Amino acid sequence: MEAQGPEGEIVSQLWIFDLILLIFLVLTAVISLKVRDLLSAAMIFGVYSFLICLLWTGMAAVDVAFTEAAVGAGVSAVFLISTVLRTSRRSSD
Amino acid sequence: MELLKAIVGGMNYWIFIILMMIGLYAMITKNNLVKKLIGMSIFQTSILLFFISLAVKEGATIPILHHDQAHAKQGDHGEGGKHSDPSHKGKEAASAIEEGKEKPSVSHAGSSKIDPDRFTNPLPHVLMLTAIVVGVSTLGVALSITQKLYTEFGTIEENEILDQLKSGDD
Amino acid sequence: MKALGFIAVLGTGLLLLAASRDFPNWGDPDSPASSYRLSRHFITETINETAVPNMVTAVLADYRGYDTLFEAVVIFTAGIAVIGILRRYGSRNSIPSARETPLTPKKPDLIVESTVRLLIPIIQIFALYVIAHGHHSPGGGFQGGVIFGASFILLALARDLKAAQNWVAEKRTLILACCGILIYAGIGVLCQFLGDNFLDYQILHRILPTDPVMARYHSILVVEIGVAFTVTAIMFSIYSNLSSNGKMKEGI
Repeated sequence: MEAQGPEGEIVSQLWIFDLILLIFLVLTAVISLKVRDLLSAAMIFGVYSFLICLLWTGMAAVDVAFTEAAVGAGVSAVFLISTVLRTSRRSSD
Repeated sequence: MELLKAIVGGMNYWIFIILMMIGLYAMITKNNLVKKLIGMSIFQTSILLFFISLAVKEGATIPILHHDQAHAKQGDHGEGGKHSDPSHKGKEAASAIEEGKEKPSVSHAGSSKIDPDRFTNPLPHVLMLTAIVVGVSTLGVALSITQKLYTEFGTIEENEILDQLKSGDD
Repeated sequence: MKALGFIAVLGTGLLLLAASRDFPNWGDPDSPASSYRLSRHFITETINETAVPNMVTAVLADYRGYDTLFEAVVIFTAGIAVIGILRRYGSRNSIPSARETPLTPKKPDLIVESTVRLLIPIIQIFALYVIAHGHHSPGGGFQGGVIFGASFILLALARDLKAAQNWVAEKRTLILACCGILIYAGIGVLCQFLGDNFLDYQILHRILPTDPVMARYHSILVVEIGVAFTVTAIMFSIYSNLSSNGKMKEGI
């Protein structure tokens, strides 16, 4: 990002990486809502949060990415898992 | 290249809207309360992504000043003045002139003036940073309500809870 | 229900997709959010006014101090709400429907325990670094607080809730959370007593041996520590309530 080359060079460098992240983002979101085992859903939601963290690093929002890595991928997944283990693990849909 | 830029830029916004739709659909139609909450979190993150994407500037770096820039600026009010000795100042000016070649409109006379276009907009970052942490604590409240419902009804499926409530009324 | 929900979602999505043509171009430096003079002021003047290189930290704790104070209060309220909803004292109402017993018999695992024992001090040191170095690198009270709370959660996961509560008992957790809010609000009230606005830190140079700019610099650190206290305590409190179903006896 340091070298500010001709117009559009940065875009052409990064857009494939961006596209892969976005596709995986949608995939993990759909899978975590589709899977019937709630423990797996919570884990895949953690993966989703981590992908968002990567996306934010690409958008130069390092503070937000750091927070998301700590909160989304760490603590909120733990909250979900502890609730799933305390209630029932199976989901009807 | 212009077309590619337009597609790549639009693609991000479209994905955010698709994520929002996924989250909203899960919140409306899913039967399991934990699934509903995961949908709510996906909805929330799509909005956060949209806000952060408004802060993106092409060719801009993270909103943290480089050490040299910071010390050169701090020299103005005594603190850290020892860092900005004359030779250092000269180097700063040289690099500033080098930058000036690319953007002649911005004048870098003498001191290293901070160019707002070189840094991403910090304001949306701040708003969303606090929103993430507040989001996780509200998720905690929602999950605790889920656990309370489980102790009351023995299930976290919405239709079974509604059935039990209906049969309790009769 | 499903079809109705799908139609509603599709309608919302199509409306937003139609509106996305009016969004600013991706990465456009002249978009309204980026060209407005407030954000330009934050980028160019933060270093002169507060001497903090990390603009996000400065805006978070100084320019938008009100916002952050009440975000911290929201987190505190959420923690209290979880306790109010879930916490059950004593064994008066023994509802057997919730899963009372731990799901796996707790046997101390040598590998997990040794790893966690080595890891927790490092995590905590890193959390303190993140809080203290938030002026110069990504970090600050929220992130450091969450990491510090996560170290206790890790201990509770690896051993059991009792082990973590030996370090931070329930009562102490809440006192810590209150302390955080009080530190933050206290700085604001102190500014008011000295004759300036609430949370206007530069007046503090009268009692600190520095100039107004560095007074703001140091007050940001104090405020971040307050936020970190609250976040640490509330994260651990929510976890211990959720994992023990409000009994605070055995975790997951």
